[in-house]
Amino acid sequence: MFDDFSILTLTLFLPIIGMTVLLFMRDDQENEIKWTAFGFTIATFLVSLLVWAGFDNSVPGLQMVQQWTWIQFGDFTINYYVGVDGLSLILILLSTFIMPLAVLSSFDAHVIHERGRSKLYYMFMLLMEWAMLGVFMAQDLFVFYVFWEVSLVPMYFLIGIWGGDERRYASIKFFLYTMAGSLLMLIAILYIGNQAGTFTLAGEGGILAQLQSGLISFPATQTGLGGVQGLLFLGFFIAFAIKVPVWPLHSWLPDAHVQAPTAGSVILAGVLLKMGTYGIVRFCLPLFPQASVYFAPAIGVLAVIGIIYGAWVSYAQTDVKKLVAYSSISHLGFVILGIFALNQAGITGGTLQMVNHGISTGGLFLLVGMLYERRHTRALDAFGGIWKAMPVYGGISLIVVLSSMGLPGLNGFVGEFTILLGSYGSVVLGAVFTFFATTGVILAAIYMLHMFQKVYLGELDKEENKHLEPLTWKELAVIIPIIIMIFWIGLYPKPFLATMDSTANTLITETINPALPAPAEGEGVASAITVTSEGE
Amino acid sequence: MAQIVPLIILLPAFGAFVNIFYGSKLTERQSALIGILASSGAFLVAVLLYFNLVATNYQEAIINPFLDSWLLIPSAGINIPWQMRVDTLSVTMMLVITGVGSLIHVYALGYMHGDSRFSRFFAYLNMFLAFMLILVTGNNLLMLFVGWEGVGLCSYLLIGFWWDKAHGVGYNNANAARKAFIANRIGDFGLLMAMFLTFWTFGTLDFFKAGEIVNPGHQTGAAYAIYGGAHGGEESHGGAEAEHGATGATDEHGATDEHGATEGDHSETAPAEGEEAADGHAGLVLTGGMYTEEQPHGEDAAHGEAAAHGDTEALVFPDNSHIPYDQLGIFGRFERLLEQQESNGQPLMIQFGPFEYSLQTVVTIITLFMLLGATGKSAQIPLFVWLPDAMAGPTPVSALIHAATMVTAGVYMMVRANVLFDYATLTSFIVAIIGATTAVMAGFIALGQWDIKRVLAYSTVSQLGFMVAAVGLHAYVPAMFHLVTHAFFKALLFLGSGSVIHGVEHGHHHAHAHHDDHAHDAHGHDEHHDDHAHEEAPFDPQDMRNMGGLAAKMPITFITYLFGTLALAGIFPFAGFWSKDEILADAWLAGLNGEGVLQSLGGYIVLGLLLVGAGFTAFYMWRQMELVFFGKPRSEAAKHAPESVPAMTIPLGVLAFFSLTLGAMNLPGSHQFATWLQFSVLHAHAGEFQLLLALLALTIGIGAIILSRSIYGNNKGYVDGHDALDKGAFAPAFAAANARLYWDNLYFAVFINPFIAAGKFLANRLDWAWWHDGFHNGLVALFQWIGRVLARPVDKGLIDGLVNGLGRLPFWAGGRLRGIQNGYVRTSALVLFSGAVLVIIFLLIPLFTNGG
Repeated sequence: MFDDFSILTLTLFLPIIGMTVLLFMRDDQENEIKWTAFGFTIATFLVSLLVWAGFDNSVPGLQMVQQWTWIQFGDFTINYYVGVDGLSLILILLSTFIMPLAVLSSFDAHVIHERGRSKLYYMFMLLMEWAMLGVFMAQDLFVFYVFWEVSLVPMYFLIGIWGGDERRYASIKFFLYTMAGSLLMLIAILYIGNQAGTFTLAGEGGILAQLQSGLISFPATQTGLGGVQGLLFLGFFIAFAIKVPVWPLHSWLPDAHVQAPTAGSVILAGVLLKMGTYGIVRFCLPLFPQASVYFAPAIGVLAVIGIIYGAWVSYAQTDVKKLVAYSSISHLGFVILGIFALNQAGITGGTLQMVNHGISTGGLFLLVGMLYERRHTRALDAFGGIWKAMPVYGGISLIVVLSSMGLPGLNGFVGEFTILLGSYGSVVLGAVFTFFATTGVILAAIYMLHMFQKVYLGELDKEENKHLEPLTWKELAVIIPIIIMIFWIGLYPKPFLATMDSTANTLITETINPALPAPAEGEGVASAITVTSEGE
Repeated sequence: MAQIVPLIILLPAFGAFVNIFYGSKLTERQSALIGILASSGAFLVAVLLYFNLVATNYQEAIINPFLDSWLLIPSAGINIPWQMRVDTLSVTMMLVITGVGSLIHVYALGYMHGDSRFSRFFAYLNMFLAFMLILVTGNNLLMLFVGWEGVGLCSYLLIGFWWDKAHGVGYNNANAARKAFIANRIGDFGLLMAMFLTFWTFGTLDFFKAGEIVNPGHQTGAAYAIYGGAHGGEESHGGAEAEHGATGATDEHGATDEHGATEGDHSETAPAEGEEAADGHAGLVLTGGMYTEEQPHGEDAAHGEAAAHGDTEALVFPDNSHIPYDQLGIFGRFERLLEQQESNGQPLMIQFGPFEYSLQTVVTIITLFMLLGATGKSAQIPLFVWLPDAMAGPTPVSALIHAATMVTAGVYMMVRANVLFDYATLTSFIVAIIGATTAVMAGFIALGQWDIKRVLAYSTVSQLGFMVAAVGLHAYVPAMFHLVTHAFFKALLFLGSGSVIHGVEHGHHHAHAHHDDHAHDAHGHDEHHDDHAHEEAPFDPQDMRNMGGLAAKMPITFITYLFGTLALAGIFPFAGFWSKDEILADAWLAGLNGEGVLQSLGGYIVLGLLLVGAGFTAFYMWRQMELVFFGKPRSEAAKHAPESVPAMTIPLGVLAFFSLTLGAMNLPGSHQFATWLQFSVLHAHAGEFQLLLALLALTIGIGAIILSRSIYGNNKGYVDGHDALDKGAFAPAFAAANARLYWDNLYFAVFINPFIAAGKFLANRLDWAWWHDGFHNGLVALFQWIGRVLARPVDKGLIDGLVNGLGRLPFWAGGRLRGIQNGYVRTSALVLFSGAVLVIIFLLIPLFTNGG
C-alpha cells in the first residue's frame, strides 16, 4: 500500500500525528505541550521544503500525486487524492511557514495563561494546519469540501475560547457566514459529481478530463446568469468570496480578526483567507472557464471597490487591529483583480500576492499582538512615540508597514505590480480597472503611514508607554523570518515565480484562452493590445 | 571597469547597514567616518567611471550587477532584470549625487553634533545615496522606480527625523514627512500607470538593451561594449560580452554570426514575440524581423548624416537595424515603430481590446503619466506642496535631498525619456507651461516668507520649474545643465542657512542663559511669568525676523552665501548665469523657430514667465541677504551668533567655488556638456548663446537686486512687525505670498477634509452601523425569529407564533438589535445546520441511484 507513498501525504498528516501525540500528554505538562506542537509544525515545514525541492518547475500538471480509494459505492468512488502543482505548492509553503510562527507567538500569550486549556489550544492549532494543507492538496472535490469544512472547527474554537470580549458573537458569525457560502458550493459539487460520476478533479477519467473530451459539459450562455455553468460558478464563487472576503461579503472579517487571539488572526489573515482565493484559481477557472470570462468584469468591479473601500475604511479606524483587518480587504481586492485578469501575469501576481499578504499582514498582526501583550489595548490614541520606547520593535514594524504598502524592493510591490500589469493588459479587464486599482497604492500609504505615525512617532508622552519591555528572543524569532521573507521575495522572487510559471501558463493557454471571445480581426490572437498599421 | 560599477550602490548601502546595526556602539566620529567614507568611496567610483567614459570614447555599458533576474515571468513575457546602465547621463547624475553628497556628509558631522540619534542620521543619508544611485543607474523603468520610491522613503525618514521632539513639534515633523510621502505617492501612481502602458505598448521596460546605439551622430568610430555582470549577466541578456563594432552601413563585423548568436541566447530566456502571439497572449503582434528587411542600411546612413547637420524635421534615428525588434529597449522599439509609420505614410494604430489609438496618442498618454510622476518628485504644480513642509528635516537633508538630488529625479526621468517627450508635442507644451508657471508661482510665494529655509524651499520649487520648463521646450541639455549648477549653489545656500540657524541657535542659548541670570538678580518675581511667555512662543532660530547683521558675526558663511545668492540670481559670471541663460535662450529659439503653434506659443509663454521668475529670484534672494546678514541684529540671539565649525565651513567653501566656476562646463561656443550628453540623450542639442537675451536677463537680475536693496536695505526690511512690502498697495500681495497663495487651504477644503469625512462616514455609518450592525444582525435576528417559530411548542399554535413574529419583524428590520443574546444565535445555527443536512440528504439520493 505504501509503495507509492508520497512525501505530500507525510506533510499532510504530520500535524495530525502531532495532535494525537498531544492528546496523550498530561494537561499540566504545559512546556512539553508547547514544544511538541512547535516541533511538529517545524517538522511539517521542513518536509514541505523537501516537497519544494522535489518539485519540477517545468512540469505544468500535478506532481507527487497520491491516490487511494476512500469510499466505494457501486461504480461510484470517492478518492483520497492529493497532489501539487505550482500554485498549490506556493500556498502549502506559506501555510507551513506561518504555522510555526503562529505557534511560537502563542507561547507567552497572556490570554492562554488566563483561560488555561493550553493543550486544547495547541491541538486546535495542529488540526488547523492539517485542514489548511488538506485544502491546498486535495484534488478531489469531496475531499476538498471535507477539509474546507473541517478548517472552520478549530478556528471557531480558537476565537470562541481564547478570543476577546465579544468572542462568542464573532466566532458564531464567522462560522455561520462561511457555512452559508459553503452550502451553495456543496450543491454545486453534488451536481458536478452527479454529472461526472466522480468527484475526482484531475487524472484519467477525472472531471477535467471529461470536460476536455466533451464527455460532460456545463452549458454556458452569454446572458442572464450564464446558464448552468454560470450557476455552478456562482455556487463556488460565493463560497470562496465569503472566505476571501470579496466586498461586500466582508462583514464577518473585522469581528473575527479583532476578537481572535493573535495567532488566530495570523492564521486567518495569513492562510485561511487564501483558501478562498486559491479555490477560485483551482476550481472556478478550470471548471467554468466561460463563466469566469463572463463574470470577470463584474468581479473586477467588486475587487476594485474592495481595494478602495477597504483602504478608506481602514483609514478611519481607531483600533489598530481593526485597521489591519480592513486593510486585508483592500489587499485581497488586488489578489482577486489579478486572478480575474485571466492572464499569466495576473494569475502569477495574484498567487504571489496571496503569499505576500500572508507574510506582511501576518507580520502586522504579530506586531500588534506584541504591543497588546504589553499594553492590553489596541486603541490608536493610547500610543505615540513607541519607536522611542522600543527601538528594535519600531524599526521592524516600519519594514513590515512598508512591505504592506508595497514599497519596491520589498515583497508587496512585486505582487501588486505584476497584478496591475496583468490587469492592464487583460482582455477582460483593462486600463480603467487598473487606473482605479492603482489608486489603492496611494490609499495604502495614507492609512498605513497614519497608523505608523499615531503609534510609533510623536513624543513619547504617555507614562504607561515609557517603560515597555524590549522584544524577547522568542518575539524576535517569530518576526525575523517574516523580515527575511519580505526582503527575499522583494529582491529575488525568481524561485517563487518560477515555481508558478508553467502551471499558470497551462491554466491560461489551455483552459481560459479558448473561452475568450475571439478578437474582432479574427486573427486568433487573444491579445489585449496589438499594434497594427492601417496601411497593411 | 564593469566590476566596480555595483560598488557605487553597495558602498553607501554597506555604510547604512553598519550604522543601523552597530551605530549605537560607535562614537559620533566613527559613525560619521563610516558614512563619509562610504559616500566618498561612491564618489571615487563615479569619478573613475567618468574617466573611463572619456578614455573609451564614451562607450556606454550595461551591467547586471547583483542577481540574475528580478521579475521574471517568461509565460507573461515579463523579464525585468536588476541591471545598471553607465552612460554620460547617468554618470553626470552620479557625479552630482556623490560629489554634493560627500560634502554634505562632512557638513553633517558638524551640524548634527550632539544629536541623540547621530549614527542613525548617517545611516539614512547613506541609504538615501544608495537609493538615489539605483534611481539614476537603473537601466529599466522599474529599477528607476525602486530608487524613486526608495529615495521617497529616505526623504520620509529624514523629514521626520526629529519625530520625538516635545510640545507637538515632533508630531508636526512626522506630519510633514507623511505629507511628502503621500504627495509623492500620487506622483508614483502616475509613474506606475506610465509603466503599465509602456509595457503593453512596447513589450519591455528596459531603456536600452545590449548593443543598441543611442545617437546616430556618434555611432561612427565608437565601439559599444557590453559588460557581463559579476554574477553571470549573460543569462538574462543575450549578447553579453560580445563587442559590436557597430558602424552602420560599413559594418565590417561578422554581423550575421553575431546576430544569430544573440537571437539564440534570447530565446532561451524569453520567448520570441512570434511564439507569444501563437500562444495568444502577446503584447505585440509585430515581430522584429520585418523591420530589418524593410530597412536597407544605406537609407539609415543617410538619416545619420542628416542628423549630423542638425536637421530635426526628418525622422533620424540611430541605425540599429541589425537588431531585431524584440532585442531593443523602449526607445529603440519606439524609433522602429516611428520608422515604420513613416514608411507607411499612415498613423500606426495600437489596439487596446476594443479601443484603438494612434501611436501619437499612446505616447502622449504615457508621457502625461510620467509628467504626473515628475510633478510629485520634482515638486511642480499641483503636487509641490510637500516640499516647503519638508524643511522640517535637518538642514543637511534639505540641502541633499530637497534641493540638490532627489527633487531633480523627475527632470532626470524626463530627460531619460527624451525620445518619447520629443515626439509628444502636446505633453511637451503642458510640461513647459507647468514648469514655467511653477517657477513664477513659487518665486512669488518666496517673496513673502519669513522662514530662512522656506524661502529657499520655494526657490527650489521655482528653479525646478525652470528645469521642467526646459524639458518641455525639448531643451534637454540646458535642463541638465541647470540641474547640475543648481545642485551646487542650492546645496550651498541650504548649508549656509543651516550654518546661520546653527549660529543663531547657539547665540540664543548664550543669550538665554545670560537673560536667566539677569532675571534672577533683578526681577525675581517676574521669573515665572517670563518662562510662561517663553513656552507660549518658543524662539524660532529659522525666522529671519530674529536675524540681521550676521555678516560680521559669521564672515565665511556670509561670503559663501553671497556666492550662492549671486549664482541663483543669475549674475555674471556665476554658474547660474550660464545655465539659466541657456534655458531662456532655448525658450526664445523655440518661440522663433518652433515646429508648429504649440511649440512657438510655449516658447514665448515660457520665456515671459521665466523672465518674471528670474526677477523674483534675484529680488527675494537679496531680501534674504538684507534680512539675515546686513543691518543691525534684531534679537539677542543674532547678536551672539558665532561662526560655525570648520567641518561646516569647508564644504561651504568648496561649494562656493563650484558655484562660481561651474558655468565653464558648458560655455557658449564650446558646448562640452552638450557634446557629452549627446552620447546618451538622442535629442540633446547645443543651445545658441543669445547675447541680447543674456544682457536682458542680467539687467533684470541686477535691477531686482538694486530694487530689493533700496526696499530692504538700511534696516528698513522689518520695522514694527511688518515687512517693508507689507504696507500700502503691496500689503494684499504680500499677505497672499505669506499665506503661500492658499494652496494648502485649498487642498484641505477640496481634498483632505472631504476624504477624512468620507472615510469616517464609510467606516462608522455605512460599514459598521448599517452593514455590520443593521443588515447582518438584522439577518441574524430573522434567523432567530424563524428558530423561535419552529421551536415553539405546538400547543401555543403555529398561527400564534407567526403573528407574534410578524409583529416583531419591523423591529428587527429596523436594524436596532445590536445586543442579541448569543444563546439564540446558537438556535439559529442549529436550524441552519439541520436544514443543510436535509438538503444534502435530498440531493444525495438521486446521485447514488444514478451512480449505482
